[in-house]
Amino acid sequence: MKILVAVKRVVDYNVKVRPKSDGTDVDIANAKMSINPFCEIAVEEAVRLKEKGVATEVVAVSLGTKQSQEQIRTAMALGADRGILVETDAELQPLAVAKCLNAIIAKESPDLVIMGKQSIDGDNNQTGQMLGALSNMPQGTFASEVAVEDGTVNVTREIDGGLQTVKLNLPAIVTTDLRLNEPRYASLPNIMKAKKKPLDTTTPDELGVDVAPRVQTLKVEPPAERSAGIKVADVAELVEKLKNEAKVI
Amino acid sequence: MSILVIAEHDNASLKAATLNTLAAAKAIGGDVHVLVAGSGCGAAAEAAAQADGVAKVLVADNAAYEYQLAENVAALVADLGKDYTHVLASATSNGKNIMPRAAALLDVQAISDIISVESSDTFKRPIYAGNVIATVQSSDAIKVITVRGTAFDAVAAEGGSAAVESIDNAQDAGVSSFVGEELAKSDRPELTAAKIVISGGRGMQNGENFEMLYKVADKLGAAVGASRAAVDAGFVPNDMQVGQTGKIVAPELYIAVGISGAIQHLAGMKDSKVIVAINKDEEAPIFSVADYGLVADLFEAVPELESSI
Repeated sequence: MKILVAVKRVVDYNVKVRPKSDGTDVDIANAKMSINPFCEIAVEEAVRLKEKGVATEVVAVSLGTKQSQEQIRTAMALGADRGILVETDAELQPLAVAKCLNAIIAKESPDLVIMGKQSIDGDNNQTGQMLGALSNMPQGTFASEVAVEDGTVNVTREIDGGLQTVKLNLPAIVTTDLRLNEPRYASLPNIMKAKKKPLDTTTPDELGVDVAPRVQTLKVEPPAERSAGIKVADVAELVEKLKNEAKVI
Repeated sequence: MSILVIAEHDNASLKAATLNTLAAAKAIGGDVHVLVAGSGCGAAAEAAAQADGVAKVLVADNAAYEYQLAENVAALVADLGKDYTHVLASATSNGKNIMPRAAALLDVQAISDIISVESSDTFKRPIYAGNVIATVQSSDAIKVITVRGTAFDAVAAEGGSAAVESIDNAQDAGVSSFVGEELAKSDRPELTAAKIVISGGRGMQNGENFEMLYKVADKLGAAVGASRAAVDAGFVPNDMQVGQTGKIVAPELYIAVGISGAIQHLAGMKDSKVIVAINKDEEAPIFSVADYGLVADLFEAVPELESSI
């Protein structure tokens, strides 16, 4: 079984991103970049399936600038076998990413695609679902457990009221939630080995995909700040304030 | 303008989040139709017909829609959606699951989690975990949108009298099936719909101590939440998590107990109307967003709070 894993280069989750003062864009020049945390969980899940003997090959795909090679190398250091970079300097929106991934699927014919449920920059939570539509594959989003059986995969999903399990025919798309697994750290020998693994490069043009944005960002701004209120001396004062001042109880 | 709102429901009843999404539809303006796709979902459809501002309710009652499988419901939404200028759903786990799939079928770039309507094609939405608010404009002919419920005041649940129309449109992709679910059983209100939420953090020390919060919650009619630290420590289950990667809440009153106030948590609750923080560490960041801060040992303060309300 072949697994395709999508990985995205994003601003590291420890960086607090702020808008530029002119409000045109976010200020991320020189910010530390990392693999999107949900994508890292996707890579880990694929590698575990390979270690269990369920999968035979794990292919990591990324889209973006040349620097996205770093995130593909990270995925290969964690255990992916080879990589594909869809290289472009253009702004990529989820629909365009899904179209490119769909073109890769047409070439690679994976049995399972695993990707993060959302990236921590755009917070769209769309690409996996869109890829499901375009590739005509079923989707198991927000996965907290993945069990591959004969020709199907059971995905336990984190939903608002608890957990839901669905059975999907393969090939299928799975998007990862936070608690699917805890990704390993790449060992130094594996980081060295990853540098020798094959990494192919293509472009949206070669894949025949128009990536022109459909949504334009007009402005970015900081959220409304909330100011600190008062300190109360004891529970009695707190209850009094809540009853008579805030009138919420 | 014509707007299709996808109802959030469990077949038997309409979920409150639908009323917030209807408010976003109202802000866009135009004829508002509601789609209730389910199985044996007549009661939910009747409830949708009562909601303020709804012109028509479309009911797709079919076994294929019983469990809201995305493959089937998205195909239906895309098929109906092509006759509308806007298709809206709540940014719940269900809306997030279905809408991007429907958008791709329509060749539309969806817009997730909007917090305001600036015009019929321009919306505000949080990015970077809410640290930045982006104003975005769509150039697609159909706008496919999910709505953050806490950002829109619900329309009235009653007073409307929309026509209810059955539609015969069964989309069964046959590639997925429902196996089972484990839903948290609770008599308390849902976290995202509750008027009061009381949440515990790492300071609670263990799951048993959450009992103190349940007692306060039951007196106030509140829902109980938790920080990611409390969930990751195994005190309480995942579905109680409030924060960037959990549930976004904005109740009238949010009481944070033993929660330090990591950015991750603040992203999920900072739009609450009144915030109370109880923490023994007076330097805790949660106090910087709290309207009323109480520096105290929670093991003394919470029982005292319970007995004085």
